[in-house]
Amino acid sequence: MNPILDILVTGAGPAGIAAAVTAAECGLRAGVVDDNPASGGQIWRSGAHLPAGARRWKARFDAAAVVRFQGWRVIDCPEPGVVRAQRNDAEVASDPAAEDRIDLHYRQLILATGARERFLPFPGWTLPNVMGAGGLDAMVRGGLPIAGKRVVVAGTGPLLLAVATHLAARGAEIVAICEQASLAQMAPLMFQVLRRPGKLWQGASFRWITRKSRCLTRCWPVAAQGDQRLRSVTLQRDRKQWTVDCDYLACGFHLVPSTELAALLGCRLENGFVATDELMQTSAPGIWCAGEPSGIGGVELSLLEGQIAALAAAGKTGAARRLAAQRRGALPFVRALESACRLNPQLRDLARDETIVCRCEDVPLKALRDRTGWRDARLHTRCGMGPCQGRICGGAAEFLFGWHAGSIRPPLFPALVSCFSGPDAALDPATHREAP
Amino acid sequence: MAEPTSSVALTVDGKPVQVVPGTTVAAAALIAGTQTRVSVSGEPRAPLCGMGICFECRVTIDGVPHQRSCQILCAPGMQVATARELPAP
Repeated sequence: MNPILDILVTGAGPAGIAAAVTAAECGLRAGVVDDNPASGGQIWRSGAHLPAGARRWKARFDAAAVVRFQGWRVIDCPEPGVVRAQRNDAEVASDPAAEDRIDLHYRQLILATGARERFLPFPGWTLPNVMGAGGLDAMVRGGLPIAGKRVVVAGTGPLLLAVATHLAARGAEIVAICEQASLAQMAPLMFQVLRRPGKLWQGASFRWITRKSRCLTRCWPVAAQGDQRLRSVTLQRDRKQWTVDCDYLACGFHLVPSTELAALLGCRLENGFVATDELMQTSAPGIWCAGEPSGIGGVELSLLEGQIAALAAAGKTGAARRLAAQRRGALPFVRALESACRLNPQLRDLARDETIVCRCEDVPLKALRDRTGWRDARLHTRCGMGPCQGRICGGAAEFLFGWHAGSIRPPLFPALVSCFSGPDAALDPATHREAP
Repeated sequence: MAEPTSSVALTVDGKPVQVVPGTTVAAAALIAGTQTRVSVSGEPRAPLCGMGICFECRVTIDGVPHQRSCQILCAPGMQVATARELPAP
């Protein structure tokens, strides 16, 4: 059996990094398992300039005595205290002797599984080069050239401006930034931003960098056109519609927390988020949650929550409580963000009868209209039954029909059959760097 | 970011592609100008989420099908095959 970790963190974004660093600095044996090729999560993806705060945390992470499983996806929790993961390049790696899967044993678990974008179906949204806002950003950070390309950024949330800024800095021509919310709806968020100099400065610098781009509120895409790939997007604002040529549409409607692992572990969910107490403890003993799964609040809050969870898990309750007081001060921002990103009901009318809702199984909207719920839809139409397991269409179905995903079953991701048989893979010091 | 001093050579559907180290296979497929897969009803598809959850970017790498190309980095000599046509009925 592998050595038991005092604290296992799932996810190496800001919350996971803060949790792992804090746990290791408390003298605990900490480990992190993360799906991506490199640490940093989505927001601190490498391949681009990172803010100084991010670089400091990543440096602390690199210096900390943390066992890292980078490029491994969590597929199951076969028994209490064990998380099973599969190596992403297991099938294609040049070293066939390296193990495919590993069982990570832990005493306490910190869930820092992050969030994903909400996608809404509209005619043409399945065309190549229509991506999420964070999706296009991730592709560019992963090496996709964007200089000179025309990009429409659309959807809702502060991510739009951040993505537009990054792409503009890389030489993209941002044709338009379309935010579905109205100015009035965003006013409480702007008030919160005004009270936070760091966020105000960031927002102002983002808008300065994208100053040549049109920034429209109450505006969204109603259709994407193209043959084999995207050529143009039709936008709508109030009753006016117009079409713009572009190479990419980066479109995401804020974020949905990734709670599959929490649900599989039996943690109580509340309005779609993992319910925690002030010290980030979930309803399941020994399981903590930090970052977006407990409420969408951005990087600073995630860092705070990661530290609170690790300190509390390490038994340093006093220190955890002091940070929890700081966290309370950030919660009005979380609420203002949520209301600023509330979706306009008119967005429910974007999809037509023939518009595909479930991209894995090509299920059109008309096949879903008469279904009574998520389970009924799965059984009758295969909606949400493909490899993404409803991670993409689930957020849409929630908004369109008010359906909520039902029970969660392993594997959490498609996995090799060999991951469910054979001996417990050994912790190989050659493949997992462990700082002294 | 420092100027890349080296490059990684791979093929996408037999076409040679040069990318900077750290490039994902998904980005290489788009650089090669191709879709990544064909949907069950025959639509061309390309990456959507960029973070390993939508499975639109899955391709065959070195003969192994269903690999999420956005979560795997290009390696020298890698042979990437995308879906070019409708799967057989």
